[in-house]
Order: sequence, then structure tokens, then C-alpha cells
Amino acid sequence: MKAVITVVGTDQVGILAQVSGACAQAQVNVLEVSQNILGGNFAMIMLVDLTQCNTEYTAFIQTLTEKGKQMGVDIHVTRQEVFDAMHRI
Amino acid sequence: MLNTNDILETIRMINDENLDVRTVTMGISLLDCADPDPRTACEKIYHKITTRVEKLVEVVDGISAGYGIPIVNKRISVTPIAMLLAACPDADPVWFAKTLDAAAKKVGVNFIGGFSALVQKGFSAGDKALINAIPEALASTDFVCSSVNIGSTKAGINMDAVAMMGPVIRRAAELTADNNCLGAAKLVVFCNAVEDNPFMAGAFHGPGEPDCCVHVGVSGPGAVRAALAKLPKDAPLDDVAELVKRTAFKITRMGQLVGELAAEKLNVPFGIVDLSLAPTPAIGDSVARVLEEMGLECCGGYGTTAALALLNDAVKKGGVMASGNVGGLSGAFIPVSEDEGMIAATEAGVLTLNKLEAMTAVCSVGLDMIVVPGDTPADVLSAMIADEAAIGMINTKTTAVRVIPAIGKKMGERLDFGGLLGYGPVMPINTSSPSVFVNRGGRIPAPLQALKN
Repeated sequence: MKAVITVVGTDQVGILAQVSGACAQAQVNVLEVSQNILGGNFAMIMLVDLTQCNTEYTAFIQTLTEKGKQMGVDIHVTRQEVFDAMHRI
Repeated sequence: MLNTNDILETIRMINDENLDVRTVTMGISLLDCADPDPRTACEKIYHKITTRVEKLVEVVDGISAGYGIPIVNKRISVTPIAMLLAACPDADPVWFAKTLDAAAKKVGVNFIGGFSALVQKGFSAGDKALINAIPEALASTDFVCSSVNIGSTKAGINMDAVAMMGPVIRRAAELTADNNCLGAAKLVVFCNAVEDNPFMAGAFHGPGEPDCCVHVGVSGPGAVRAALAKLPKDAPLDDVAELVKRTAFKITRMGQLVGELAAEKLNVPFGIVDLSLAPTPAIGDSVARVLEEMGLECCGGYGTTAALALLNDAVKKGGVMASGNVGGLSGAFIPVSEDEGMIAATEAGVLTLNKLEAMTAVCSVGLDMIVVPGDTPADVLSAMIADEAAIGMINTKTTAVRVIPAIGKKMGERLDFGGLLGYGPVMPINTSSPSVFVNRGGRIPAPLQALKN
């Protein structure tokens, strides 16, 4: 199962480290990362594979959401199927 | 990897523009619960609903959390209860309403629709008893919604039923006067009602539907408005329509995905996606603001009907491509109290009841969530229903009336329902008497449009 982690907010030191650290801890494999500064906002998109995830999926989401709050950025985890459905015919 | 802009667009639509799946509604046939003994019938109903819907809330919440898609409501629609009353004509219909309410509370859904009767051509056993019991049924339950279909393009308009419904609406408001007349907000009078509508208060599970299925109602006026905001103000209306279509496509695809997942996990057939733009009182989630984004100073001014016609049609065209099973009401809703922009336009005096009536000729339903003065005579309410039904009958579309007489209140005051139902100022109304016309009874014959065979 693949999911897309999006991080949107003000750029700061350690965002990538925090998010990828949480992934490593949960045995979530990072497949691709892209990051941009869009209109002054930091936007990072990470495609991850959750097949080996060692915690409950919802608990993993909760962990990332909490990290986002601590850093003052919005972190969302959305299953890849949602984007496939919405943007591919 | 997926396109970065597509990903960020989806996240923005969900986060900032209130995109959500408005409802996952499970439709359940209760025809096999009919019984000459009303007590037995109610036991069968309770058992069937609580068994069938047992996992709905858990499954839908799981999809919402797992896929990162907000899903606002979980609901149930059932066979029109009047059909079950036919088997036990002396039963008190309120028992059935209380049974539905208890079952809804047990499984944790927000609303249950189907305290309904289909009387477009006439009354059969159970219909009149159910209609007369609607006010008490709505006053003595929390989650039950009611609807009555009084006309159709094929059958014409049952004016005996229309004459009954004015007093029923008034009574429903009177019995709940201490609770913002909420009873009337849970009651819809339809012409050309659809059998697979997942939205309340008008949802019921039509007799032509399978034993059990799930329907999905999507929403997203905020996402449409945000897309239009990026279009230059001199862009032609073809471009506006194209952009609405593209946005509606994306919104509907999300609904289709949720519907497929829910049907699979619940092991029931997938019914339809209702690709409606359903507003909420939240800022930015308004159909009126979409119309204003197209270039109107205020919703309700001249141009509103044309803009709404464009919107309604483009939503259908975009959505139809996105889902294999489009159904329900599908289009743009215009419920006044549930739409922040419409509330503002009404308070500014720009949006009037006359304009709303014209808008119902091109929107997906009808006069919806409109607060009228508490002393509005029942005959006037019936005549309002007749006018709406006529628009639906002649134009081969669904129309409806959900008006709330604000008992004890006058112009300048308002009713506050709270939550998704929002609040509405009391709107001025034409009270010239239609009494003789309404009380003639009988039937307005089906129009020429009915003879298509």
C-alpha cells in the first residue's frame, strides 16, 4: 500500500529529517521525495510504501500530524488511490 | 510519481476549500418487514436495520481516516413507510417513526430517511394515515426525516395531497416551535422524487431499488469557487463552464472511489454517486458565492438564474464522465439557511422568494430551507407546493418544497437550527389567498411531456 505524505508550511530546518525519521521508525519506506518553495510556502511531497509498516496505519498518521503541529506545518497522509482517481482518466 | 501540482491541488481542496464526501447513505428495503401486526413489523424493521447497518459507521470512518478523505455524514434511507402501513392500516404510524429513530441511534448514523409516501396519482392504503402522522412523528423523534411525493411528469399533480401538505407543514412547525420549528426542516414535499437520493431530508429507498446498497453524495462548492477565482474576469462563459466541469469531475471521482470502497467493505452493491454541490453554512462552502464568482455582485440579482443554469449543467456534465453510476438529485442545491452566501443575500434583501422560485427551474431541486413568517396560512403553503410541483412536472425535473414557518416570529427575526442546517432570516411572502384553487382538490392532469412512448 502506497501513500503520499504532503507537508505544507513555512520552511525551517529539519522538516525532512523529522518526517523521514518518523517513517524510518515505523518501517515505512520512502520511495520518492520532491520539495518546492511555492509562493513563499514550503511544500514537500513524499511517496511512501507502507507494506512493512510496524504500527497501525491510523497511529502512523496521528504521529505525523502531531509532528506537523509541533513544527507549525500541515502534514497530510493520503492514499495514492485518491490522487489516481481524481487526476487520471 | 504523480504530478506535484495535482497532489497539492487535492490537499488544498480538502484543507482550504471544504471538499468532502457529504454523505454515505445505505439504502435498505423494508418490504420484507411488512406484517399485519404492527408490533411484529416494527420488530422486523429494527432487526433488519440494525443488522444491515451495523458496520456502516465503522467502515466509513475507517475509509475516511485511511484514505485522508473527509466524510461528513453516515445515513440510512428506507422503503417509504406508507408501503408497510398498507399491511396494517389501523396501526399508529408514529410507532414506525420511533422504531426508525431507535434503530438509527443504535447504529450511530446522523439521519434516517423514509417516513414517506408516494401519492403522485392518488392515495393507497396507509398513505393518508402516514401523512397525517408526519407532524407528530417528526416532533417525537430526533433523526427521522420525512418526504411526500405529490406529483410527477408522468402522473400529474395530486392536488388533494397538495391541500393536505400545507397544514401538515404548519403543524410540524407548531409541534416543534420550542426547538426552532425543526420538524418542518425534516420534511420535504417532492414532485418527481428520485428513488436513490442519498441527501436528507428527502432520502428514501424506492421500491425499484435492490434489497440493500450504498449511495454516496459528494459536495464541494468551495472547490468550484476557488477554481473560478483564478479565472480572469474577462474569460468567456465557455471557459467558466469548462472549469466547472473539470472541477466537478475531480470531486465526483473522489465520491466514486469512496462508494466503491464502502460497497466492497460492506459487501453490498454500490448504488449511485449523487454529484451535487451541497453548500454548508461554513464560510467558503457556498453555492451563492460560486454564482458571485462568475461575476454577479450579489446572488439574487438579475443574471442569477442564468449563472445557476450554467453551473447546474456543467456540474452534471463533469460528474457524469467521472462515475459509472450517477443518480440521485445531481446538480446544485440552493438551500437558503444552509448556504452562507444565500443567507447574506437574503439579509441584504437582494435574494427574494420570487427569485428563488425562478432558480428552482434550473437548479437540482427546489425551494429549500426557506424560513417564512409564522402566520403564513396553510393554504399559501399548499399553493407554494403546487407552483413548485408545476415547475417540476412541466420541466421533467425534481422540484421540492422545504419551508419552515417560524411560529411566533415575523419579518426581521430568524431561526437558528445549528449545525449543517444553518440559520435563516424570515423571508417576506405573498399572502394573497389561493384558498379556492387549493381546496378544489382533484388532480392536475399529466402534461403532454408525459406522453413520450
